[in-house]
Amino acid sequence: MTRAVGAAEVAPTPYAWEIRAEGLKVRAGRRMAVDGLDLSLGTGVHGLLGPNGAGKTTLIRALATVLRPADGTLELLGVPAGGQAGRRELRRRIGYLPQDFGYYKRFTVREFVEYMAWLKEMPAKEIPAAVQHAVERVGLADRADHRMRTLSGGMVRRAGVAQAIVNDPRILLLDEPTVGLDPAQRLRFRELLQSLGAGSCVIVSTHLVEDVAAACTDVVLIAGGELVFQGTPARLAGAGTPDHPGDTPMERGYSALLSRSEQGGGAW
Amino acid sequence: MTVPHPSARLLARYAHDAAAPPGGAPAGALPGGALAGDEVWAVEAHLESCAECRARLAAVVGERAPAVAALVDAVWAELEPLAATIVPAPRRPRWARRLATWMTPAMLSWLVMTALVTPLAVVAHEMAGGGRVAPVLVLAPVLPVLGVAASWARGLDPAYELVAGTPRAGLELVLRRTAAMLAVLVPVLLAAGWVTGVMAAQWLLPCLAFTTGTLVLGGLIGMTRAAVALVTVWAAVIVAPILALSRLPSVLEPGVLPVWGGLFVLGAAVVITRKHAYTLLGVHR
Repeated sequence: MTRAVGAAEVAPTPYAWEIRAEGLKVRAGRRMAVDGLDLSLGTGVHGLLGPNGAGKTTLIRALATVLRPADGTLELLGVPAGGQAGRRELRRRIGYLPQDFGYYKRFTVREFVEYMAWLKEMPAKEIPAAVQHAVERVGLADRADHRMRTLSGGMVRRAGVAQAIVNDPRILLLDEPTVGLDPAQRLRFRELLQSLGAGSCVIVSTHLVEDVAAACTDVVLIAGGELVFQGTPARLAGAGTPDHPGDTPMERGYSALLSRSEQGGGAW
Repeated sequence: MTVPHPSARLLARYAHDAAAPPGGAPAGALPGGALAGDEVWAVEAHLESCAECRARLAAVVGERAPAVAALVDAVWAELEPLAATIVPAPRRPRWARRLATWMTPAMLSWLVMTALVTPLAVVAHEMAGGGRVAPVLVLAPVLPVLGVAASWARGLDPAYELVAGTPRAGLELVLRRTAAMLAVLVPVLLAAGWVTGVMAAQWLLPCLAFTTGTLVLGGLIGMTRAAVALVTVWAAVIVAPILALSRLPSVLEPGVLPVWGGLFVLGAAVVITRKHAYTLLGVHR
C-alpha cells in the first residue's frame, strides 16, 4: 500500500555535502590536533581511520560542535559550525557518541535515552516511541528497564548508540563504538551501521581496519591532523603491496598509506 | 482551521480498493471505479493523523473488505493471549522524570551535604552558646559554588560530554540547574538564618554573587578551576578573618552589601552576554 509522504521528507536539501571542511584547524589543549584538514562527506558510512593521536577524537568533537574550530571553515548540513547562529537547530539533527562517555548509573537504559531525547529537544509526545525504537535497534529491548550500572561494557556502548540515534540524526558521529563488543555483536553492529548509512551521514572512528572493510562505504584516513586518504575500502586495499606490514589487504593498504605520509612529512 | 474529513463514500471506496487483488478489478465494483492515486494519498495522510476517521474506516472494513477484516481478526486472535502476558514497563513517576530535567543525579550528594551541614552548623553554633559569627554567613557563599561545580564539573558530572553536545546545553540548562540548586539552598539557609537571627540580605547577596561568579569564571576557565578559585577566595576573605580575628569579616558588614548586589547583577549580565560559551566542552573542564 502507498505510504503518505510528508512535505518535510521530500524537501530538497540546500547543501551539497552533509559535512564540508576546508583548511580546518582545531586545537586540543595547546596542540593543534586537526591541522589544515580538507574533507567533504555525503550520506553513507564513513570509516575514520588513523593512528593514535591522529586527531580523530578532536575532529569528531569539532563535528559535534562541542569544540570551536581555531581556523578554516566547517559547514554541517550547510550551516557554518563555528558560528553561534543556528547551532541549536543544527544540534537537533546531530547524533554524537563520545569515546568515553559517562552516564548516570542510577538511570535505567530507557530513562537514560529518554533524558538524552529531552536534551535534544525532541517533542515530548514523540519521545516514548522514539526511545523504544532506538533501544530495539541496538538490541537492548529486553534490558530497557535495567539500571545502567548493571550492564556489561558492550551493552553500555549499545545504550550509547541508542541515545545517539534517538533523534534520527542527519549526521551521526560515533567515536570508537565497537570497543567492548564481542565478535557476534560487532557483526550485528555492522548491519545496523549499514542501515543507518542509507539515509544519513555516519562517521565511525575506529582502530579496527576490518570494521571499516565490512561496514563502510568510504574510508577517511588521517594522520597528524591531516587527510591522508579518502576513498572506497577497495581503493585502500589496493594501495598496499605484499611488502607492507599487515595480515589483510586492508591492513597492508593502511600501513602503505601511513608510511607514505610519514616519509613525506620527514622529507620536507 | 477545521480539517475536512473524507466522506463516508470515499472511505468505503478506499476500504473496497484495499481488498481488491493487486492490478485486478475490485470484486463487485462500486460505481465510479477505483480511487485515483492522489485521492488514496490524501485519504491515507488524513487517516494517519485522525483517530476518528480510522474508527470510521474500521466500521466499513467489515462489510466492504471481508478478507481484510478476517486477516485483522486472525492477527488479533493470536496477539490477544500474548498481550495479556505483557507487563507494561515500570515507569518512574512523572515528578521523578521532571526532576531529572532540573537537577542531575550527580547533584544528589551535594543536596544531601547541604541539607546536613547547614542544620548541623546551626546546632553546633547554638550549643556553643551562640558565637560571634552566625554559621549561615559562613556557609552561604561556599555552598552555591559547590552546587554549581556538582552540576557542571567534569569530575562530578559523568555525562558532561553527552550533555555538552545537545541543543539544550547552554544558557537554558545553566539557568535550570542553577535555579534548581538555589531552590534547595535558599530555603535551607533561610531557616538557618531565621534560627540564628540574621538578616536575609546579609547572606543572600553574597550567596548570589558567588553563584554568578562561579558561572562567569567557569565560562572562561572551566567550572572545576572556577570552583577551586572561588573556594580559595571564600577561605581568604571570609574564613581566615573569622579564624584570625574572631569577629564578622569586614566584607560581610551591612555597608558592603551593595557591592555584593552589584557583583551579582554584573555576573548575571556577563553570563547572559557570554551564553554561547556554555555550549562548548571547555566549560566542563
